[in-house]
Amino acid sequence: MARAATANWWPRALFAERFFLVTSRVAGLGLLGALLAALSPQFLTWTNLINVLRQGSLQFLMSAGLTLCILTAGIDLSVGAVLGLSACLAAALIAGGHLWSGMLAALAVGAACGLLNGAMVAYVRLPAFIATYGMLWIAHGLAYVFMKGQVIHGFPRGFRFIGAGFVGPIPAPILVALLVLAGLHGMLHYTPLGRAIYAIGGNPRAARLSGMPVQRHVTVVYALSGLLAAFAGLVVIARVNAADSGTGEDLLLPAIAAVVLGGTSLFGGHGGIAGTAIGSVILAVVVNGMNLLGVKTFWQAFVMGAIVILSVLADQLATGRVNRSG
Amino acid sequence: MDAASRITNGSTAAAEPAGWWLAMRARARAAPGALYLLLVMAVVLSLGTRGFLSVANLTNIGLQAAVLTIVALGMTLIILTEGIDLSLGPVLGLAGVVMGLLIVAGWWLPAALVAALGVGAAFGLVNGILISYVEMPPFVVTLGTFGLAQSLAMVLTEGNSITGLRTSIRWFNEGELLGVPVPIATTAILFALTYGLLYHTRFGRYVFAMGGNRRALLLAGVRVRAYQTGVYVFGGLLAAVAALIMTARMNAAHPTIAIGLEFDAIAAVVLGGTAFEKGKGGLTGTLVGALAVSVLRNGLNLIGLSTEWQVAVVGAVIILAIVLDSLRELT
Repeated sequence: MARAATANWWPRALFAERFFLVTSRVAGLGLLGALLAALSPQFLTWTNLINVLRQGSLQFLMSAGLTLCILTAGIDLSVGAVLGLSACLAAALIAGGHLWSGMLAALAVGAACGLLNGAMVAYVRLPAFIATYGMLWIAHGLAYVFMKGQVIHGFPRGFRFIGAGFVGPIPAPILVALLVLAGLHGMLHYTPLGRAIYAIGGNPRAARLSGMPVQRHVTVVYALSGLLAAFAGLVVIARVNAADSGTGEDLLLPAIAAVVLGGTSLFGGHGGIAGTAIGSVILAVVVNGMNLLGVKTFWQAFVMGAIVILSVLADQLATGRVNRSG
Repeated sequence: MDAASRITNGSTAAAEPAGWWLAMRARARAAPGALYLLLVMAVVLSLGTRGFLSVANLTNIGLQAAVLTIVALGMTLIILTEGIDLSLGPVLGLAGVVMGLLIVAGWWLPAALVAALGVGAAFGLVNGILISYVEMPPFVVTLGTFGLAQSLAMVLTEGNSITGLRTSIRWFNEGELLGVPVPIATTAILFALTYGLLYHTRFGRYVFAMGGNRRALLLAGVRVRAYQTGVYVFGGLLAAVAALIMTARMNAAHPTIAIGLEFDAIAAVVLGGTAFEKGKGGLTGTLVGALAVSVLRNGLNLIGLSTEWQVAVVGAVIILAIVLDSLRELT
């Protein structure tokens, strides 16, 4: 409805915005790749490129749910912690021989954490960053309690396939990520929920006044974010073949970095899941480059922080939002 | 005005029983959630545990609360402007690391302290400029600088503690000013300073107005952005002072020492009745809030809850209290 009313300028503006977003990201990725290829002979090898794409796929899975929250002008700071908690739970059950119940339990816990987040944001009206920041500490704490400092490793081959397996020459997580990408892209653009997500992020007041069940939609989005974080947790432990209470601890900043790098606006309503996929690959290339060039891992958080700030800064300058109010 | 004294004043000032009851009820409703949390925990802990009401334990709570209160003072001003600073924990850690390294390198203590204050102010300045001039969302800016500060602290220390500090620094934990332990005295001085700044200067009035009606300030020609940047710089400076006390208490500097402290500080502010919108709240509530959070942590230690459980329980209690507080507001 909102789109029809502004049909005169919206599609062209949208097209220009999308075009700028995609070309600038692809150009950035190309430049980065060329730079790394010049600096390190290992970069352009098949194994390394496949490795980067696999890393990018994992990154995408971690950032996918977060993208939905940010599209509604919200945020989910608990993604890393929820990923960790559900990964620990799944690890314990799967290593104990309960494959399916372990996976189901992890997904259920993730969805439950997300549901709580959503209820706090939509119904109690807490600011999203407060509600989900609290959830971050609760989930981290529960993971600590559950693991008591131990590491669980060694999962069955069948389970490890989703993280470490191959389909022909292609690693399975890349295919998993592509499936999730297709599913979420379809959801965002061809379902009522998807349209609602953009509407709520673009103009919450208009969404509410047009009779949209905003609170219910927002709750669903956060539940989805928790569910996707838990799913990413499964793929991560399948890939590394181990889990401990620290799993997911450092994943929040990269998760946000991939989303904003992909051009999704923190003010909601602008961007999309495909951008997050590109952002994830760029991030994976950056990390890979740092490893190839022998940069200490301590610097990674610095680079992530800088990427987050610079992406949002560029977004602010490009959209001219800075000059909007005096 | 102190929330506790408001309640007792109400009971004596009003003459009629009905008026007395109404005034009491109104004040009980207006009191921040932290007061109730504090009262409930104080009663439960003094009845349930043996050590809680001892002088040693209460002093210990005061010492623990000092660092949190100092950080929460700055956080109060920031939240009053409808902002947030998630980077204060890591900035505290980085300031402590820088101070520790300089002391070990043989710097004069005040010079090292000035360097730490410089670190705090610099991060506050970056946060403030990006938030007020570039209009980026506060939580994302400060999450970014969270990463920067954390990473720099790790790079500088390779992830290790800095030990072997001069014994003179211990004075900031063990020493006394006029019979009061230095951390508590420092907190009192900083509280008074912040109180004066917030309630008796133009800066303070603008802080409230920035959250309440930013547009009106802009139209009145106030340099809102400069003042808003100042708020974040002030928060960073206070975090650096807190780093001094923290380093003195640990007798060491560690890069990840204060991770999560920003959450406690936010909790103290919010439980103390400062809201995320409309510039509502105040400094006294934050003091009660910081005490409540410290008593909560202390109490969990006293009942012998393992550290693993503490993280989860503190998070859950705080979120529950915030949720109850805002539900009370909604009804």
